[in-house]
Amino acid sequence: MTAKLSANDLTLVRGERVLFHGLGFALNSGELLLLQGQNGSGKTSLIRAIAGLLSLESGEIFWGGVPVLQQRQLFHGSLVWLAHSSGLKADLTLVENLEFEKVLRPQSAREPEEVFERLGIARLKRLPVRFLSAGQQRRVALARILLADVALWLLDEPFTNLDQEGRELVIELTEEHLAGGGLCVLAAHQDIDLEATVKMVRL
Amino acid sequence: MMIDDVAEQPGIASGLVAMVRRDLLLVWKRPGDVLNPLFFFAMVCTLFPLAVGPSAEQLTFSGPGVLWVAALLATLLSLNSLFVADFEDGSLEQLLVSPQPLPALVLGKTIAHWLSSGVPLVLVSPLLAITYRMPTDVVGVMMLTLALGTVCLSLLGSIGAALTVGLSRGTALLSLLILPLAMPVLLLGANTVSLAAGDEMYSTGIWALAAYAVATLSLAPYAAAAALRISNE
Repeated sequence: MTAKLSANDLTLVRGERVLFHGLGFALNSGELLLLQGQNGSGKTSLIRAIAGLLSLESGEIFWGGVPVLQQRQLFHGSLVWLAHSSGLKADLTLVENLEFEKVLRPQSAREPEEVFERLGIARLKRLPVRFLSAGQQRRVALARILLADVALWLLDEPFTNLDQEGRELVIELTEEHLAGGGLCVLAAHQDIDLEATVKMVRL
Repeated sequence: MMIDDVAEQPGIASGLVAMVRRDLLLVWKRPGDVLNPLFFFAMVCTLFPLAVGPSAEQLTFSGPGVLWVAALLATLLSLNSLFVADFEDGSLEQLLVSPQPLPALVLGKTIAHWLSSGVPLVLVSPLLAITYRMPTDVVGVMMLTLALGTVCLSLLGSIGAALTVGLSRGTALLSLLILPLAMPVLLLGANTVSLAAGDEMYSTGIWALAAYAVATLSLAPYAAAAALRISNE
């Protein structure tokens, strides 16, 4: 059986530096790919390359056995990406921000109110995002991910700015997603403890 | 091999419409960004007669040119911010990895830009045209050329703004990139109004501007989308 998300012989060059060379992985439903490495080792670049934002020196990434470049729209419709910057408009409220997201991706059957409640941001609904703390903004970005009905989560340092309870929540949500047959690529400095098949990539 | 579990994707038009709505909502919450170029336009147009003197002949002669140059510069001024805000807060990257076709989203942003910068400019221009003793029928022609011209400029500008989005001081470069393509718009626009003021045949100019608008409308979103992908590498 072909893996859902796979890559072989990936080489990425940024400027003069080779960030990684000959890197490959294969990920099936319910599995997590954990990217570990120091600052500047290329974790974010690898995630951006998977999302199709960076062109690779060599190698290819496959989704369901088909190169993602041949089916960019379909692939993008199956992933959601939690990046370093929140991707939220500071002048709009949480609800207005997520309203726009709705047209970008297929939406899950989850009730938005429940998601807000679970992430502890329900009472911030009417505030412009600029009034929220960094951690709260992170939680709004997480709400965006939960409301999308996609198989692949790309999480780039999801624990940044979150308190202990927030970290545990991210792990819990990721476990749920994987248990439901989803896939996840997660970049983190610290080790994480997760009830799922974890594959490691050291950069 | 097909992917079996893909949920239903939202349609193309919905992405474009949502983009226009979101950007207009942002303008509504932060009107300063729109008012700046408009003030610039009004200032240049009102200061010019003060500097050259109030002779009626001179003003009627230079009116179309001054109004058009001011409109061009005001539009260029506002174009810089087209993608920069989205670039800084990361929402541009999110647009790039969305399943919606990027040209449609870019077109949505450009339409919102035109509605919030081009349209107010056209609406203000008759007030300023009075300063130049422009007859009412010529004012109508001028508004029409400005409306078509600002469509062209917004679309052309989206290409330049997409190319310079990652640069910290992109405004000067953007203007340099756009100006050669914007020259025909300025020439056609200003000369059409001059011809109308001189009671001569001017419809060719309007048609040519309309043709230019259609050409940019069909090409610019694709060019700007490609440029965005390159500048976000």
